Amino acid sequence: MNINPLIIPSDIFTDMLAHCRAGCPNEACGILAGKGNEISKIYKLTNIEKSPVSYFMDSKEQFEVMKDMRDNNLSMLAIFHSHPSSGAYPSAKDVSLAFYDDCVYIIVSLIEKEPVVKAFSIKEGSIEEISLTVK
Amino acid sequence: MAVKVRIPTPLQRLTQGKEEVEGKQGTVIELINDLEAKYPGIAERISEGGKVRRFVNIYVNEEDIRFLQAEQTPVKDGDEISIVPAIAGGEQ
Repeated sequence: MNINPLIIPSDIFTDMLAHCRAGCPNEACGILAGKGNEISKIYKLTNIEKSPVSYFMDSKEQFEVMKDMRDNNLSMLAIFHSHPSSGAYPSAKDVSLAFYDDCVYIIVSLIEKEPVVKAFSIKEGSIEEISLTVK
Repeated sequence: MAVKVRIPTPLQRLTQGKEEVEGKQGTVIELINDLEAKYPGIAERISEGGKVRRFVNIYVNEEDIRFLQAEQTPVKDGDEISIVPAIAGGEQ
């Protein structure tokens, strides 16, 4: 379990927020990859459910991302998605489908004027907030 | 040559940390059952009642088995099998 603060370069952070806003009113999703606890690449994926309350990453895109990370010697460090109409906290569905329990789950809430971004480890139903550093 | 099976990180604790293991020729479901014999507990994470779980995607080389012959998709020497748990969730 990665309990160190997750470090996200500001340009990637901005890109993540833009992807979430662009997906509104539907949920948006993506993957952040890097080494150790530092992100170096963002993958913006398609939510095939096209729903304001649910997401399911396009599995073919996800498969291609897995290959690209392997080819570039990167690890999947975080999975992000937006909550267009609720807070930045994992839902029961988020917890039940958190298979990648060695990843950080980032939730971007869009209910306020400014997005609220929080990160969590979700392991065996247990939620723990992880600090994020944008630099 | 053998069948190469890529194990996703959430299941690597069942394969003693191995990212890749050797698989059995035959069909996808036979390969899963053979993995279970070597790595107990892995089959139920991938399949249920002989069917691949909804939130698990399996690829034979570059093709999703749902677009091939699903669990009966043939697996032969030299093939690369990828097990990829889906990423999903949301507010409700």
